[in-house]
Amino acid sequence: MFSRKVTDSIIEKLIFASGIAAILLVSLIFFFLLREGLGFFSEYSIKDFITGHFWYPTSKPAAFGILSLIMGSLFVTLGAAVIAVPVGVMAAFYISEVAPVSVRDVLKSGIELLAAIPSVVIGFIGMVTLVPLVRVMFDIPTGLSAFSGSLMLAFMAMPTIVSISEDAIRSVPWTYKEAALSLGATKWQTMYRIVLPAAAPGILAAVMLGIGRVIGETMAVMMITGNAAAIPESIFDPVRTMTATIAAEMGETVKGSMHYKGLFAIGLVLFVITFIINFIADTFLNRVKK
Amino acid sequence: MAIVEIKNMDLFYGAFQAIKKVNMSIEANRITSMIGPSGCGKSTLLRCLNRMNDNIEGIKITGKIDIDGIDILRSDEEFDVDALRRKVGMVFQRPNPFPLTVFENVAFGLRIHKLAKSSELSGLVEESLKAVMLWEDLKDRLGNNALNLSLEQRQRLCVARLIAVKPDIILLDEPCSALDPIATAKIEELMLELKKKYTIVIVTHNMQQAARVSDDTGFMLLGELVEFGKTSQIFTAPKEKKTEDYVTGRFG
Repeated sequence: MFSRKVTDSIIEKLIFASGIAAILLVSLIFFFLLREGLGFFSEYSIKDFITGHFWYPTSKPAAFGILSLIMGSLFVTLGAAVIAVPVGVMAAFYISEVAPVSVRDVLKSGIELLAAIPSVVIGFIGMVTLVPLVRVMFDIPTGLSAFSGSLMLAFMAMPTIVSISEDAIRSVPWTYKEAALSLGATKWQTMYRIVLPAAAPGILAAVMLGIGRVIGETMAVMMITGNAAAIPESIFDPVRTMTATIAAEMGETVKGSMHYKGLFAIGLVLFVITFIINFIADTFLNRVKK
Repeated sequence: MAIVEIKNMDLFYGAFQAIKKVNMSIEANRITSMIGPSGCGKSTLLRCLNRMNDNIEGIKITGKIDIDGIDILRSDEEFDVDALRRKVGMVFQRPNPFPLTVFENVAFGLRIHKLAKSSELSGLVEESLKAVMLWEDLKDRLGNNALNLSLEQRQRLCVARLIAVKPDIILLDEPCSALDPIATAKIEELMLELKKKYTIVIVTHNMQQAARVSDDTGFMLLGELVEFGKTSQIFTAPKEKKTEDYVTGRFG
């Protein structure tokens, strides 16, 4: 029979071990990424890598310029943000400030449920419904374009943006709203002039987390953006993102080759971008807590 | 002349009757205080005067409240509740300035009602802050966040924010309950100053406060207005036994 103290110390050690394991695993991933990716830069200049227009990893001589891939990710992400941010924030306002209680509960859990749809399913639905529709509507040679990708990704970012923004809006104290209403402000004036500024840090964090999800998304974009590694001229051109490149090519490379290391270098760039975005989101979320 | 006329008013929260057949009239440019033990309906009554109870579900009001001869309980779409609230402003129990700068707090009402051109704004903000005797303290700190002020300053700011829109009636819902005695004395001084221009209705559970500042006093108990009259009469020669018991501290 263990005494309570022994049980306590065993459980404490188990929890400690789990925590350390999580941190250790993440740092291992990071160091692996760093080793393989940095190895690439000893043989290929960072400048050519970032600003090069051509990604011909298997040609002779090979070219490893990822500008078109960065542009691809940028187009798709910006497109998704332009759609998802205004719609998402307005939806959050509707849910927390306008909708009757019964509607609110259904909507909130419904939207959170959307986050659980696997991205391959979203990609598949996009491929069979959205892509042909975009092709016909805008009369372009193929519906596999940055625009289709943006639409689907906006759909995927929406649950994050709506849910976290809604929490931020709802946590604005009732006394602020009461004060505004008692001064004769309309519901709209109260929302726009008082609730929005008060909830702004939380809403910004929601937007950043939503964008973080979009930029790291792989499967759906691979299925519906066309995967042409060329610098896009318009939102209706096919693009290839950084994530899709890694996913599509990793299986075909020789371990240790330049191509292999180049893909890790892309991963490193992606890591830096998402790290910055999460850092900004965290900063805002912490400001909310204060 | 009576500016507010309450006639046969009943108020129900669902099945519970919170206000029972209240009749009273409030005179202009006087301070009217409402006293009574917690839960007697005095705050609820106050909040009827600017329809702040509208947001509570399951509430039902019958009877009439006329302000300047207009029935403010009309439920038809044409009645402008926002305009009523501009005319009948409220200061709450806990000071609740907006999480904005001092300047923006006072300018808020001016902006939403489009009462001033942007060139006139700073003059009007100054005027309002002077009226609540905050200007000297805060004139160099107008850009500071209002949440960093002391409790008393915040409550004064709430009054400044209100009088910027030039209401006729100011409703005070236990405005000093979060303040210490010195701050309370200063707010009371402010009330006496404001009485010259505004009609003030104050809900308080501090009987001494009612006796000090108000001209008329109403005593409420269990939703009924037991007695309403001149403050001096209520505190020295109450007609009702219940009033006497309450003001002499026998219960409550």
